[in-house]
Amino acid sequence: MTWLAWRQFRTSMAIVAGAVAVVAVALLVTRPGVMDIYRSTGLDACTTSCSEQAIAFLSRARASAAGPLYWLGFAAVYLIPAIIGIFWGAPMVARELETGTFRLVWSQSTTRSRWLVVKLAAGAVAAMASAGLLSLAVTWWSAPFDRANDNRLIAEVFGARGVVPIAYAALAFVLGALIGTVLRRTVPAMALTLALVAAVQVVMPTMVRPHLIPPETFTGAVTAEQGFNELMMSPDDGYMTVVPKLDIPGAWVLENSALKASGEVFHGPMDAKFCGPDAGGPRSCEKWVASQNLHQNAVYQPASRFWPLQWIESGLILVVTGLLTALCFWWVRRRLT
Amino acid sequence: MTAAIVTTGLTKRYGRKTALNDCTLTVPTGRIIGLVGPNGAGKSTLLQLACGLLRPTAGTIEVLGGRPGSGPEHAAKVGFVAQDTPTYAHMTIAEHLRLGSALNPGWVSAIAQERIARLGLDPAQKAGKLSGGQRAQLALTLAVAKRPDLLLLDEPVASLDPLARREFLQGLMEHTAEHGTSLVLSSHLIADLERTCDYLVVLVDSRIRLAGEVDELLAQHHRVTGARREAGSMPAGHEVVYQSHVGKQSTMIVRSTAPIDDPWWTVEALSLEDLVLAYMTEARGFAPERVLEGQR
Repeated sequence: MTWLAWRQFRTSMAIVAGAVAVVAVALLVTRPGVMDIYRSTGLDACTTSCSEQAIAFLSRARASAAGPLYWLGFAAVYLIPAIIGIFWGAPMVARELETGTFRLVWSQSTTRSRWLVVKLAAGAVAAMASAGLLSLAVTWWSAPFDRANDNRLIAEVFGARGVVPIAYAALAFVLGALIGTVLRRTVPAMALTLALVAAVQVVMPTMVRPHLIPPETFTGAVTAEQGFNELMMSPDDGYMTVVPKLDIPGAWVLENSALKASGEVFHGPMDAKFCGPDAGGPRSCEKWVASQNLHQNAVYQPASRFWPLQWIESGLILVVTGLLTALCFWWVRRRLT
Repeated sequence: MTAAIVTTGLTKRYGRKTALNDCTLTVPTGRIIGLVGPNGAGKSTLLQLACGLLRPTAGTIEVLGGRPGSGPEHAAKVGFVAQDTPTYAHMTIAEHLRLGSALNPGWVSAIAQERIARLGLDPAQKAGKLSGGQRAQLALTLAVAKRPDLLLLDEPVASLDPLARREFLQGLMEHTAEHGTSLVLSSHLIADLERTCDYLVVLVDSRIRLAGEVDELLAQHHRVTGARREAGSMPAGHEVVYQSHVGKQSTMIVRSTAPIDDPWWTVEALSLEDLVLAYMTEARGFAPERVLEGQR
């Protein structure tokens, strides 16, 4: 059975493995250049208040030949689960059902459970190994960028670093196999797998990840000195949007707003004497906002939770993967009769 | 001796559609069994239930004394070739044999090699490039080389031309005679199986209409013709399978172990094909009058 699984799987496996290898080699080759910039801008040796060095590093690194690879790394890590789900998972059972070869292989002296165990195990191990290698390479290569940006906890970066891509690849593979088993048609199974993998990649960071560990809350008076991330106003009706600065390095900010004493979000109305086109410039408006007795309310995940969140999310995804695997077995044994 | 296949009240439904309805049947071992019936009668369903690909909705089926799909040991005893003789298009013949050898502990490589060589097939050829007949032979080779005690072939000759058909059946009979394998062949054409099988099962509209030794069935069935009479006039013990009344003449096909000695009737022997057609026609509910109306 192992031989058959390998024989059926080797071509599609080689294509994905080859693509991963190409990306890994590109990262390996360009890494010394990135490190040179990292050292020469002083970011490497810097320990405290390094924003100048970080800005210098980012502007030089992005302009260098390695610049586009930063984005390529993102694309590769986000795409590999979908690719694995579509090209490894979806056809694995669906093609056998579609072409009738399941009748050939299931009438040999073996059980369909064993057949499915070997196929799923081979695919899942290969999926996790490829995604793991890719994520490892990208995480390692991007480390200087992540240090400079100090943002590896924000949703977009988090999903392309560490161990979560491994879990997503396993999930996508098993999801594809299950959809193929249920739909019994390869092409529709591929399309649905793509849609569902993309949906999971959107739903997890927006609706699930923020709550995996209860987030921290920060409250404090809004002052003119701390500054504002955003201070927008509409002179016609006086409507304002105020986002005070939040000085928590590397935090993933989930919510940040200026509240009135009543607890409502402050939206003006602005006073045209201090804010707006006829007033004395932005400083006067900031001072006026600070005098409105507002307090800042911020909800965030601190940077120190990067690894705890990585492990919890990976564990959660792998549990779901396990449930889908069980469902796949149940379907093959009970429903395809 | 354990029977090859024993079913009691065997029923298989796909959603609302009934593919096999309340079938009770005992098929002996060591025979070549012809499973005949029109398309959609439930032949494939019965064979797939027998090899464990399908599970009964109701009733039971026992194959060689065990429940189909109960495990690899049982699966090793039953060989099955599905209707469209599926093979892996991108895999070569040699790789199919390797598949068979990897998945069947009882695999006899010599049987497989010898069959492929005798058929003049190139082991390096991809299965997708084979003709329908060659593919059927490859699928059969896989089923035969695992040395099953019971071999189930679903419409095995449908994709073969008449010459290949004869060669295929001949090779199959030699093999079963040599190894004492029981064999079930299904077909919607009795002519395919007439010279091959010694046991017959007729399946029409999801039900078993007839099952028995071919010789006994032929000895028990008679075509009687004579001046018009109703079927009810037949003495007890004479079962009318089929009747047709045209003008002043009646023709009936009668099943009876006792001889028909009424001088009213002219009694003739039946061919296997006529016998099977009589059962199929009767089951389909074609009254002779309606047939005639249809012809006008």
